Amino acid sequence: MILKRLYELPAFVVSRKIKEQEVTAEEYISIIIERIKNVDFRINSFISHNFENAITKSRAIDKKIKEGTNTGLLAGIPVGIKDNISVQGLKNTCASRMLAEYTSPYNATVVSKIEEQDGIVIGKLNMDEFGMGTTSEYSAFGPVRNPWNPEYVAGGSSGGSAAAVASLQIPLSLGSDTGGSIRCPSSFCSVIGIKPTYGSVSRNGLISYSNSLEQIGPLARTIYDLVPLLNSISGFDPKDNTTINKKSEYQTNNVDNILKKRYKIGVLEELIDNSESEVAKNNRKKVKELENYGCEIEDTRISLSHYALASYYVIATAEASSNLSRYDNLRYGYEGSPEGYEWTSYFAESRSRFGDEVKLRILLGSYVLSAGYFGKYYAKAQKVRSKIKKEFDNLFNKYDILLLPTMPALPPKIGEKSSQPIEHYNLDVYTILANLAGIPAISIPGGLSEKGFPIGVQILADGFNEQKLIDAAVLLENVEGFETWIPKI
Amino acid sequence: MDSEDMILNDRNKAGLELKIGLEIHCQLTFLHTKLFCGCLSNYRNSSPNDNTCPICLGLPGTLPLLNKRAVEFASMICLAFNCKIPEKISFYRKNYFYPDLPKNYQTTQYNSYELSSIGYEGSIEFVGDSKSKTNDSKNSEERTKIRITRVQLEEDPGKITYEEDKSAANNYSLIDYNRAGVSLVEIVTEPDFSSPIAVRIFLNEIVNLFEYLGVTDPSLEGSVRCDVNVSVGGGKKVEIKNISSFKEVEKSIYYEITRQKTLIMHNIDVKPETRHWDEKRKVTVAARSKEEEEEYRYFPEPDIPRIILGSKFVSRVRTSMPELPIERMKRYIEVYKITEHTAKILVNDKRISDFFEESLGYHKSPIEISNWIVNELLTKINEKDRQGLTDHNTKGLDILTVSPKQVAEMAELVEIKSLNRTTAREIFDKSIETGTSPLKLIETLEIENISDEKSIVKVIHEILSSQPQLIEQSKNNPNTINYILGLIMKETKGRVNPQIALRLIKESLEDI
Repeated sequence: MILKRLYELPAFVVSRKIKEQEVTAEEYISIIIERIKNVDFRINSFISHNFENAITKSRAIDKKIKEGTNTGLLAGIPVGIKDNISVQGLKNTCASRMLAEYTSPYNATVVSKIEEQDGIVIGKLNMDEFGMGTTSEYSAFGPVRNPWNPEYVAGGSSGGSAAAVASLQIPLSLGSDTGGSIRCPSSFCSVIGIKPTYGSVSRNGLISYSNSLEQIGPLARTIYDLVPLLNSISGFDPKDNTTINKKSEYQTNNVDNILKKRYKIGVLEELIDNSESEVAKNNRKKVKELENYGCEIEDTRISLSHYALASYYVIATAEASSNLSRYDNLRYGYEGSPEGYEWTSYFAESRSRFGDEVKLRILLGSYVLSAGYFGKYYAKAQKVRSKIKKEFDNLFNKYDILLLPTMPALPPKIGEKSSQPIEHYNLDVYTILANLAGIPAISIPGGLSEKGFPIGVQILADGFNEQKLIDAAVLLENVEGFETWIPKI
Repeated sequence: MDSEDMILNDRNKAGLELKIGLEIHCQLTFLHTKLFCGCLSNYRNSSPNDNTCPICLGLPGTLPLLNKRAVEFASMICLAFNCKIPEKISFYRKNYFYPDLPKNYQTTQYNSYELSSIGYEGSIEFVGDSKSKTNDSKNSEERTKIRITRVQLEEDPGKITYEEDKSAANNYSLIDYNRAGVSLVEIVTEPDFSSPIAVRIFLNEIVNLFEYLGVTDPSLEGSVRCDVNVSVGGGKKVEIKNISSFKEVEKSIYYEITRQKTLIMHNIDVKPETRHWDEKRKVTVAARSKEEEEEYRYFPEPDIPRIILGSKFVSRVRTSMPELPIERMKRYIEVYKITEHTAKILVNDKRISDFFEESLGYHKSPIEISNWIVNELLTKINEKDRQGLTDHNTKGLDILTVSPKQVAEMAELVEIKSLNRTTAREIFDKSIETGTSPLKLIETLEIENISDEKSIVKVIHEILSSQPQLIEQSKNNPNTINYILGLIMKETKGRVNPQIALRLIKESLEDI
């Protein structure tokens, strides 16, 4: 292989080459930087770069390797970080004008863990403002473009995280998933993305949109790259009281060993049926592939999915309205001074900088939390949420994993859905289930539509059963390598 | 009768019922760190905004990390207030925009949607009748019971410094977040107080309680603060905030009673509102209406999972709790046989009580030592007190430089050397003044009792020869002997043993 095309290889392959001193981390990083410079102006997946630090870091890793010091799971591998995850010394904008000049003074726990494993932070990735969106159009830095067709959305809110990986700029990235924000763009861009169990990955340093729903998770082109990153970031964190002390080491097992486990798969046929026909067709094909392995497959349903969207948007906007209160540009934010203002007018002035979608959600959230409405909306939404959890508990008594589409539709054109909030929100209907239930969910590339748009298949498992999702991904990846679905860019 | 009494007596005539409730905020100053981060609880020695970190500044992405000791401290307060402690507690966000709140919400507890607070349904009793309208001492032994609605744990906001007192004239204001995130316990009472005097007694009681618990140092400025709710004649309740000290609490209540009564007299409705106490002008000033402030958009704090205290938690806290004043008082009465009156005075101030206990270590004579403390020491402190040397929330043991050992030695001197009171007081004064041990003083000053009979007889003879008429009088009037004793005492500055002197007087008179 020509050194120049190193960016095409999976990370675990390159990392082995670096450890074996076939290539240096510095060479690899330089190639990656070159690739980003050549490609990203068409995709707009990065908000800011960390190239100089990355090169310094890569030299340190090369030195370690030369000296024979042990290196970590991610030795020399560049990782892109969604711009709502704090990296010390880097701008942390959340794709908002509100935080245009905010630099984080500390590392998110996941970032520290990546660095402990000798991974390299290469830059910060574009997204919907504060994670609010399903298309990555609501960014103060312009929309992320789908590498398969730049006229189309990349999905959101972690659009940059998916598009940068899909377009072979970087092999790995972190996103965050509040209602599908990792899985949606994974599906739209044809990468693999996982939302881990709530409480299994630290949220310390993740800028909260909806704390009780969201988790940080990895995105990659192959399950074999995804697992080392997931292993690096998972586990209890004393800096996040919602993490749970239940460390497990995930494996990429071989197909035979997986089949020995005799997974029973529930297919949410009704949800497949309600999707666009190409999505439905593709997902049925995936079911068939699993059937061909000899897996036991059964149709099943989740009766409460109907109420999930309302429940999700009530909880998410309620929490968001409070989380985003702190942005008033008194302590940090953007260039601008409170001088000459009385503070209520300064609050008003600074908070007008939020984008429209963010304002909409703050208003919604403030409304549902108002004194007289708490019972009518928030409490009711929580009730639905706990019922959905119970329903999943029952389903997982019967099935190891559940299969459904990640997205009900193919990626829309940029601008197509952005002015229709309800249609826009409806895109989330299959992904929010896992967030409401706190269970892990993965989006796995399923192939392409007739017009060449990616389609994803989503697998759910019970809490802390990520291994089952990984096993399912191994099975599907082994039918047809995902590397066959790489956009030409 | 001063003006305060007039207000209250006036009220009686008008038949207007007075209801007062309190919201007390107590910083847990004895915690090492803040409620949700590792910054110091003691923010008072830091330069502005030095005692902060990403968490207490509410920087994006930070999460609150609950200080478990704070939960234990708050539980001790709950138990001292006889509150129930639920097996599960949780935190809520109270959302409002104010520059002293780094996140523009306060993490607190809230009981409207579920039982979330660390304590609820408590009560506390104290001596001092809340219904006593005047300083009628006959009523003062009655016990008053105040119900505690709830006790909740929350974070203190930062502090704003204004350029000028009048906010309209401000070009700038300064914010210091050193205090932001310090653990605060809020204690909410039912409106069970019916006089400002009862409020004063209650506040003194609970400050004392905090000291016994070792959760807060009330002498630190702003460590214990109090908001007041006042309603007159069953009318709407008015909250008074911004009261800097307990003395001001009482004043603000008197003002508010007058204000509301005046409105009622003129048939003007009292509006439910929050008013600020203007300390300089001694008036309450309207701040905002209740409707405005009810919109706090409370909801459960998603970053702190519900805390399961469990069934053993309460008993564990209870056994680890220091002795409470009421328990200590019981011990004094039962074990030391001290009178209830004296015991009460001792335990009313933890430092006095600790002083007493330390004295006992030098000389185990509880009754004598307690008498010395209550009759002598406290009298001196009160005198100094009246000279205006006390600070806001505390009593002034510090004013006197006297050690427990000195008091113990005084008790010992009186008991063993049968020293009389007058002499003993002299020695005590000298001892306090010079810091010298009373036992040493009695040697060096050579003022031990004149116990050799020859010296006493000599004094008697001197008196009788200068006033010979006393000899005649003594034959008809038996009281003459006591008169002569008085003269001897005067002459010897009370240094003779009266029993011996009396015998010698009788003998001398008979001899003549």
